[in-house]
Amino acid sequence: MSLVVLPVMLPLFAAGITMLAMRSLVAQRVVGLTANLAALGTAVLLLIAVESDGIQAQTVGAWPAGVGITVVADLASAMFLVVSLVVIVLVQVYAIGQGVDEAQPRIGQPVYLVLTAGVALSFLTGDFFNLFVAFEVMLISSYVLLTMGASGKAIRSGMTYVVINVLASTLLLATVGLIYGATGTVNMAELVTRFPELPQSTQAALGILLISVFAIKAALFPFFFWLPDSYPLAPVAVTAVFAGLLTKVGVYTMIRATTILQLDDIRWLLVMAASLTMVVGVVGAIVQSDIKRILSFHIISQVGYMVMGLAIGTVAGLTGAVLYVVHHIPVKTALFLVGGLIEDSTGTGQLHRLGGLVRRAPIYAVLFVIPALSLAGMPPFSGFLAKLAVITAGLQAEEYIMVAASLVASLLTIFSMSKIWAGVFWGTADDPTPAMASADDEDRRLVIDPVTTAATAALVLCTLIVPIFGGTVFDLAERAAMQLLDTTEYLEAVRNS
Amino acid sequence: MSIMMSVLVAWLFAVGTYLLLQRALTRIVLGLGLLSHGAVLLLITVGGRAGRPPLVGKGDDGAGIAAPLPQAFALTAIVIGFGVSAFLLALAYRSWVGTANDEVQDDIEDRLAQMADGEGHFRQPDPEEDQPWDEWDDPEGAPKATEPNS
Repeated sequence: MSLVVLPVMLPLFAAGITMLAMRSLVAQRVVGLTANLAALGTAVLLLIAVESDGIQAQTVGAWPAGVGITVVADLASAMFLVVSLVVIVLVQVYAIGQGVDEAQPRIGQPVYLVLTAGVALSFLTGDFFNLFVAFEVMLISSYVLLTMGASGKAIRSGMTYVVINVLASTLLLATVGLIYGATGTVNMAELVTRFPELPQSTQAALGILLISVFAIKAALFPFFFWLPDSYPLAPVAVTAVFAGLLTKVGVYTMIRATTILQLDDIRWLLVMAASLTMVVGVVGAIVQSDIKRILSFHIISQVGYMVMGLAIGTVAGLTGAVLYVVHHIPVKTALFLVGGLIEDSTGTGQLHRLGGLVRRAPIYAVLFVIPALSLAGMPPFSGFLAKLAVITAGLQAEEYIMVAASLVASLLTIFSMSKIWAGVFWGTADDPTPAMASADDEDRRLVIDPVTTAATAALVLCTLIVPIFGGTVFDLAERAAMQLLDTTEYLEAVRNS
Repeated sequence: MSIMMSVLVAWLFAVGTYLLLQRALTRIVLGLGLLSHGAVLLLITVGGRAGRPPLVGKGDDGAGIAAPLPQAFALTAIVIGFGVSAFLLALAYRSWVGTANDEVQDDIEDRLAQMADGEGHFRQPDPEEDQPWDEWDDPEGAPKATEPNS
């Protein structure tokens, strides 16, 4: 059996097993963690295989490509898969530490494993209909995680997320139908040759439809409004994995669709959307006063940078986009996890009720400041490498407005990160929570949970790997970008599968 | 045939969109159902003309069969749509049980804007009064603020 299908199948099988083992929480946790670790192992092997032997493809069920379901791994998808699975495993440990999966009925672990399978399939799928299926798998499990054990009011806000995403999926289904009607295939490799044969106007219409659907998933301007209202509601482990992964799956599909279908005509749309997303997202973050909501708005702003790389459209631009996704997934998740640690220890995430944590929980300060500076793009962290790549590419391509927008957004990111820093770690709380107020001595340490803190620390260490091996990662990203733009190898690999 | 199907698809999309814009949650769920039916019909319609069942035996060149792929797509989409509808209905029900009404509430930013003091500044939330974020953060009864000096 080919390596390509394993990252999808292992978590799915494990989901079935954990469902059967509902009575034993320990068994569920062991099986769940083992499966995700195994999936991570296969993903790493897959990345090595792709790196040395070129694109790996497999058509399931001995059908010819074009009829059967194709799964393909190229450098970009393998890299994203590895980073995502690292995050998934560490968040799983964090969730176990927090006891999120203890709630009855014990569906936490199975649903999380299905989510893993959905994310993996979204990265690996080689046809658009299968992408729709992957989205549904991923989203139905995310709906369950989001609304699991929530109260009436939280469910009401979770509905926004559910309705918007179901609508996006329906639109994707209709678009896939139209693509099939126009070209007679939904296989991405076949579309490489057949799509450019369509009339210009049909290409543009289908392209805009497809990009809009992915823009909803990626929370791109003007489709971002659902994200900050729904993400902060879930348990923090769930929010963290959503923040790190789900919008990035949208970005990945957008990159994939744009390069496969060669949508050069509507690049100006992406340029506008990226510029506005960067600025609007960060401006939204500035006015917020709750850690999770500030971070949620930052997701939007950061998605703008990735789409900026895509909108530039050169090898350098796509390299930047790939690097940005690789940098962003662990950094964003780590920030949310730290937010969760603070909430666990103090009982709130509101800035005016927190203060002085730099003395009372110095480990949180360290864990926060590294990803925060990375997000803002300070050297020597991974965000610097990614931002530098995107902005250099923008200057080379003479997209000055977009570059200006990205620099402004960067500056405002530092501003709003320093707002969290000043509110949470410095000063004193205006209106302290019981956990904060109970200490008569201002220097008394907060209670710190070892498991969740260790998981967060491990993730923060992962974000440091990117700058340490900066040269290797950059080379990989550049080769991934060349593979994305030159579709002949992709076509060959799928036809020979 | 094809024109009738196209009109039907358009009609389903129109009615679905209209229902989606309503404030009652049950109507939104129904609207999403109609939209997904529209999408499935669209899949069938683009599959081309009707034909023989797509079963190819020995010595059969497969001439005149209906395109099998759209049918497979449609079946998959129907099953997924069914699951999603069931989930949405369950959510709508729980939401109704939880809050005893079916209306979609105002946007959270609007509620914050109502709290603003009219000069563009948000006033400090009063712990005695409305605390929108606590309510959202910890619905099970957030640790309410105690007076710092009590």
